[in-house]
Amino acid sequence: MSDGLPDGVERRPFDGRERLATRGSPVYGEPTDGDWRAWDASRSKLGAMLSRGLDTGLTGGEPVLYLGAAAGTTVSHVADFAGPTYAVEFAPRPTRDLLDAAAPRSNLFPLLKDAREPASYAHVVEPVDAIVQDVATRGQAEVALRNRRFLADDGRLLLAVKARSEDVVADPGDVFERVLEDLRSGYEVLATERLTPTHEDHLAVVATPRTE
Amino acid sequence: MDGTAPSGEGWFGGIDRDDEAAATAAIRDGTADAPDDWPSRAVESGFAADENDYYEILHDATMAATRAAVQEHGRSDVQQLQRVVRAMDDCERVANELAERVAEWAATLFGDAGTGVDYCLGLAERDPDPEQRRVVELARRVRDLDDEATALRRSIERTAPEVAPNLAALAGPVLAARLVSLAGGLETLARKPSGTVQVLGAEEALFAHLRGHAPSPKHGVIYTHEAVRNTHPEDRGSAARALAGKLAIAARADHYTGERRPELDEQLRERVATIRARRDDADEGAEGGADR
Repeated sequence: MSDGLPDGVERRPFDGRERLATRGSPVYGEPTDGDWRAWDASRSKLGAMLSRGLDTGLTGGEPVLYLGAAAGTTVSHVADFAGPTYAVEFAPRPTRDLLDAAAPRSNLFPLLKDAREPASYAHVVEPVDAIVQDVATRGQAEVALRNRRFLADDGRLLLAVKARSEDVVADPGDVFERVLEDLRSGYEVLATERLTPTHEDHLAVVATPRTE
Repeated sequence: MDGTAPSGEGWFGGIDRDDEAAATAAIRDGTADAPDDWPSRAVESGFAADENDYYEILHDATMAATRAAVQEHGRSDVQQLQRVVRAMDDCERVANELAERVAEWAATLFGDAGTGVDYCLGLAERDPDPEQRRVVELARRVRDLDDEATALRRSIERTAPEVAPNLAALAGPVLAARLVSLAGGLETLARKPSGTVQVLGAEEALFAHLRGHAPSPKHGVIYTHEAVRNTHPEDRGSAARALAGKLAIAARADHYTGERRPELDEQLRERVATIRARRDDADEGAEGGADR
């Protein structure tokens, strides 16, 4: 594990520029170099977190639950370096692309489910060491709290809070404060970082379950 | 096979590993209160030979279940929307045609005859003399068709935001449904350049233009949008282009991410305000209040 990156994620040159990369079949037209494919940090909040050197606690090979997988851009990279990867997405349309990303990845399990209803997928998902959450819905803290049941006691929640999903007009700083306050009822927040300029109005949060 | 795993049991409980339909149903409809170490449990129960075997079965089962669920949604939502919008148009068109017939006929029997669907709604309530009976009955059919058109419109207002949240927010549910219907689906709409979105529904005028004997159409069905209709005729081309651009982005957001992007609403409002402000500046009171 060099410079905080999980095993299976490396910085490699693409067209003369150092970029994050994982090994796997291409998904969204990203540049490739042999088995390696560039991980576009401007299109992936988790990619931006790793690229900035945030301590995500990811080591590679661990089971992961990904909430808000959308078309599979980011979760495909996660499946390249992680162990069993459960991808939950609520909207049917992007899930079609998620299926294409999952087809060649035997450790990526796509689920068309509502992340606000964990009971609807707890019969499939095993306990995990990391939850990656990127859902564009109001109540993002609530989603994280409800899914805490999947996370190991020393596991990590890697959350990208989207201010506009909570409140379009409020100041993003105020929105983030409210979300963090709600989150603290079940999690200990380890680190936060604004993801500007690649992801305007997004806050990256690393948290771990609070144990009473 | 009701597909519901009792609490404390994984999706594979009580199903045969080769029964794909049962696995699909169990993944889609099952529940559990809490997760468990399902891979170990599956091996212990003899469902899978080892963990790798389990993950292989799980991959196939989640792919099949999710593909089936996605296909069902796609089929039902978009195709239903297309059918409903066409049925609504049919009901309105036929109601208008019948209303003309009623008006023409009623003029020979009633002193206070009016025109249109609204007149028929009033006529339908009357208690007719024997010789007025048929025309009043016909007015009642118009009323029924009008009721059905309203019910269909409500249904569009409910489903369009689910199928295409951004498009429905920008265009309004009915216009959103028309655009999806004209394009032949949300995916085909999302692939169209905004210039094509701008003239969807004006194909006749477009081909006349392409044959070289007509000006290019400024707009198709998006004409019904407030941003175009309530803009000064000279600027409608600009307004239509701006609107079509945002609608194309909205359709792509809906198709490729399904994520609502409220900032698009504001961007459209600003673009249209800028276009209208140009006119206000140019007029400087000459045509003051024309668009109020």
